[in-house]
Amino acid sequence: MAAEPHVVMGHEAATATGLDNRKVGMWAFLGSECLFFGAMISTYLLYRNRIGEGQPRLGDVYDIPYTSVSAFVLLMSSVTMVLALAAIQRGEHRKLRVWLMATALLGLVFVGGQAFEFTEFVRHGFTFRSSAAGSAFFMLTGFHGAHVTVGILMLLGLFYLSVLGRLPTGDSLRVELVGLYWHFVDIVWIVIFTIVYLFPQ
Amino acid sequence: MTAAVLALGAFLFVACGQDLPQNTFRAEGPNAELQKDLFFLAFWIAVFIFVLVEGLIVFAAIRFRARRREEAPKQVHGNTRLEIVWTVIPALLLLFIGVPTIGGIFTLAAQPQGDVLNVNVIAHQWWWEFQYPDQKIVTANELHIPVGRPVLLSMESKETPGGQEQFGLTPADAVIHSLWVPRLSGTQDIIPGRVTHLTLQAERPGTYFGQCKEFCGISHANMRFRVIAQTAKDFTGWVSAQQAEAAEPPPGTDAAEGAELFAQFPGGSCVACHAIDPGGEGASVGPNLTHFGSRTTFGAGLFPNDAEHLERWLRDPGRMKAGVPEGAKMPNYNLSNDHIQALVAYLQSLK
Amino acid sequence: MAAVTVPTRPAPFRRPTAEHGLVSWLTTVDHKRIGILYGVTAFAFFIIGGVEALLIRAQLTAPNGRILDAETYNQVFTMHGLTMIFFVVMPLSAAFFNYMVPLLIGARDVAFPRLNAFSYWVFLAGGLFLYSSFFLGGAPNCGWFCYEPLGVAEIGNNNSFYALGLQIAGLGSLVASVNFIVTIVNLRAPGMSLMRMPVFVWMTLVVSFLLLFSLPILAIGLFQLAFDRLFATNFFNVAAGGDPVLWQHMFWLFGHPEVYVLVLPAMGIVSEVLPVFSRKPLFGYPAIVFAGVAIAFIGFGVWAHHMFAVGLGPVANSAFAISTMVIAVPTGIKIFNWLGTMWGGSIRLQTPMLFSIGFVTMFVIGGLSGVTHAVVPSDYQQTDTYYIVAHFHYVLFGGAIFGLFSGIYYWWPKFTGHLYSERLGQVHFWLMLIGFNLTFGPMHILGLQGMPRRIYQWPPGMGWELWNAVSTVGAFLIAASILVFMANAVRSMARGERAEEDPWDGRTLEWSIPSPPPHYNFAEIPTVRSRDDLWHRKYAEDESGRPVTVVAGAAHPEEGDGEHDEVHIDMPNPSYWPIVAAAGLPLIGYGLIYHWVFIPVGVLLLLAGLYGWKIEPVEEHVEGASD
Repeated sequence: MAAEPHVVMGHEAATATGLDNRKVGMWAFLGSECLFFGAMISTYLLYRNRIGEGQPRLGDVYDIPYTSVSAFVLLMSSVTMVLALAAIQRGEHRKLRVWLMATALLGLVFVGGQAFEFTEFVRHGFTFRSSAAGSAFFMLTGFHGAHVTVGILMLLGLFYLSVLGRLPTGDSLRVELVGLYWHFVDIVWIVIFTIVYLFPQ
Repeated sequence: MTAAVLALGAFLFVACGQDLPQNTFRAEGPNAELQKDLFFLAFWIAVFIFVLVEGLIVFAAIRFRARRREEAPKQVHGNTRLEIVWTVIPALLLLFIGVPTIGGIFTLAAQPQGDVLNVNVIAHQWWWEFQYPDQKIVTANELHIPVGRPVLLSMESKETPGGQEQFGLTPADAVIHSLWVPRLSGTQDIIPGRVTHLTLQAERPGTYFGQCKEFCGISHANMRFRVIAQTAKDFTGWVSAQQAEAAEPPPGTDAAEGAELFAQFPGGSCVACHAIDPGGEGASVGPNLTHFGSRTTFGAGLFPNDAEHLERWLRDPGRMKAGVPEGAKMPNYNLSNDHIQALVAYLQSLK
Repeated sequence: MAAVTVPTRPAPFRRPTAEHGLVSWLTTVDHKRIGILYGVTAFAFFIIGGVEALLIRAQLTAPNGRILDAETYNQVFTMHGLTMIFFVVMPLSAAFFNYMVPLLIGARDVAFPRLNAFSYWVFLAGGLFLYSSFFLGGAPNCGWFCYEPLGVAEIGNNNSFYALGLQIAGLGSLVASVNFIVTIVNLRAPGMSLMRMPVFVWMTLVVSFLLLFSLPILAIGLFQLAFDRLFATNFFNVAAGGDPVLWQHMFWLFGHPEVYVLVLPAMGIVSEVLPVFSRKPLFGYPAIVFAGVAIAFIGFGVWAHHMFAVGLGPVANSAFAISTMVIAVPTGIKIFNWLGTMWGGSIRLQTPMLFSIGFVTMFVIGGLSGVTHAVVPSDYQQTDTYYIVAHFHYVLFGGAIFGLFSGIYYWWPKFTGHLYSERLGQVHFWLMLIGFNLTFGPMHILGLQGMPRRIYQWPPGMGWELWNAVSTVGAFLIAASILVFMANAVRSMARGERAEEDPWDGRTLEWSIPSPPPHYNFAEIPTVRSRDDLWHRKYAEDESGRPVTVVAGAAHPEEGDGEHDEVHIDMPNPSYWPIVAAAGLPLIGYGLIYHWVFIPVGVLLLLAGLYGWKIEPVEEHVEGASD
């Protein structure tokens, strides 16, 4: 990511708002994502009690302690993300790589946990197709898992760039942008966890 | 502009009064009457604004046309007082429309009072089933109602499985339909999984055309029906005729042969889909045919109920109505001419 | 171009450097060229959608029309709606956003040039994907709002193409909306405060926010439809607890803001054209801007007025009737302010002005018939009839299309560097105005006389003969007017007079630079001192408020004629990656419909494109591209 085109011509580097384009873009995108998840959460709230005859409900199959632990893991990954950003801003590139990898691994643990949880649910007959509630549940949590996965890919990409030495201290904004995304995905999980798991009916 | 004004004028003089089968301005029931009155309230206000605004725009375009050597116009940037005026006045006009609108919404949503006739409407891909639960009769595509009495329709979209499977066809799908009888009432959607309601009332005897209004698949255009409003006496007579068992044709006639074919057919039978029972016992994949001969039309209001059209229908229903074979409705059975004659005779005997 | 290629760059192909020819268009990241791509593509879709419209009209001219069979008719009307909304009006607006916004705010490009190219290629991929369905068993046949469960129930892949094609096109629009928000927020020239921005830029910003917040809702609805169709889930399966009405809420929560997405750009164009051709500033600029923003806000609270006949209950219907009436107020404010702009002006009735006046007069009709829909009891009669068809064509054709043509003529000299034939332009306008009113005016009457929409045939004896025939005649007049436009365009490109910088005596920054603008737009980024900055550089006001010409260079001496030939400005380099990434999306779509093997191929292509794109500028600091 180099300088902006309008910047090149020796003009002042500042944008009209003083904020970096990419940061404004990321905030706009996250605003859009709120509606994306909002629509799925609304669907889930509407459908959570729409269970076909003889089909299990989420409350019959889930394991709150298990999911609480994986939610905690994801929350901790936000902490390591903050540490990663702090590291690059101080120019500590080895620490940066450690915290990036830690964040990615915590994310992986969460996604792996979710995959395991899904197979358990399916084994008990609560599936994408078993009921409208099942469809809504798997769509919501599945898209969240996909977002975490994309985040992990971006973290690994940053890690790789840093290893190659292409993530200089001046480029801390790239870490910050991935961080913004990562924190957003975490916050969405807090909402989902509360609505879906803590108040299942 | 000119065309718009012309169209508007033509609209006023031609459209309103014409005696057309589905003209919303020829209201014959309280719903349609209220809907028409509210339309005209909004319409006249709209006409007033239309003439004012369009007139001013055209006037400005002509009056302020640039002329040669004219000095440049005064640079006006705005006027707060005007802004307030043209914010407040439209808002007041809308209030003027809004209050009766809300009144109308609640009037139309109210439970009908008095001597209400209950009818259950089942919308199918592409025909209408009318059940009279209190009279214990079932009919199709022609809704008989008594004049002056509110008729409460309880409407569902349902498809009955069965029948089709024996011919290797997939059953039809319950989709959204919408019941509309323009001269009696505006529309009400019929949605799978819900029961919706509409109150119909006709002030005068007559036949009122209706049609499905929500796009429901390939033959949406062919999902029509009629409301036949009768005097109380005629209606009672119709009900008792419908309550009677189906006519049994005398042995040895074409009709008797047809009856046999209808019940027992090589490769399937008509009764697998069509019930011959006044109360609706039996299959309801296709219309109940108990008193088919008493209906004026068939095929969901498409064809006059006569021998010629029935013959063509039995020869190849899909040629008569789009989506009938593909949509797993009535396939072409490749009937012989003799069989067709016999079946037509039987169907016509079912008065 | 000072493109320095580092030899060790790990890329499968060298950075493109072509400035002419096919490759230069496939790899361009120049907002002006992308704008032209959007415009030309949208116009091609306009022809296709127009042919579909003519087929519809030909079929409905007389009772029991036999030109199309039922199934073909249903596909054609569905595709007509989808095409005109998603592949004509939206991209034509996007063409103006792309070409004009940087010029109007004094920028050299949009914030993310390659993302901009990506938006275009994704939009095109979506359109081609959707249209490929015609050759793969049949196009979508469930209507443009594809009410469920019909869309799920219809056999064949038709409506899977609907769900996935719109998803792809929608992604392109979403990305573009982020791009334009950032561009307008961040790339304004010094002094270009928000309240100095041209109204067209304001409307672009508002539309971008509308898309940003409404498209994700559509995306979820489309995913649910696609999952129901492809994976047998239960979102709209009543037997397993699904609810068909959920689709309607989702669709119209997107669909109503979408109406404003379609019409606000045209309103922005009209707000630029009326002042220039009246030689007066826009009357009530703040009111017009705030009205646009208000429309956008209220636009998210009126969606259920598409669902009055669903049976949501009297309370809900009353609430949405009121919100719908409320939205008429800011719309009225705009119209009155446009009238105020013309009032007392020195009006030149040239083609752009005619189309703008056409927009205002036709839009008034569409707005007024819209108010009669808000009268819910009367809407029970009108909904799903030709009255509705008439209403939304007055808004979207009489509104959006007239406004967009106004913009095409207004900025044509800037786009092409040529003038067009004023005479042909006027012929186009009058033919189109008459044809338009003949086509859609009678539909009001047809609807009130009980003709439902979306019927492939109507029987004799209904009294609809005359007006259907008139409507068809009108449709062919519109087609003729489009031929006139095309002749004018070709003639102008081939031998049209060269256009000066400022042929209209314009008010905004784009008229301060050559026609067509150089690659870098502005030799020197302008400093903006007022709204309508260019006008105030040309004219001062005397005591009576009339403009007097300023001696060239006297007002802002430092803005003297720049030595354009000698400036050397580094602009973002062309790139292959946006088109590579976009090409992956339809492959994923085909994979979902036909065979899973296409999915990994598509994903790989998408990821490879994104990866190449991310890695590119790191090597080439000189090029200055971002995003």
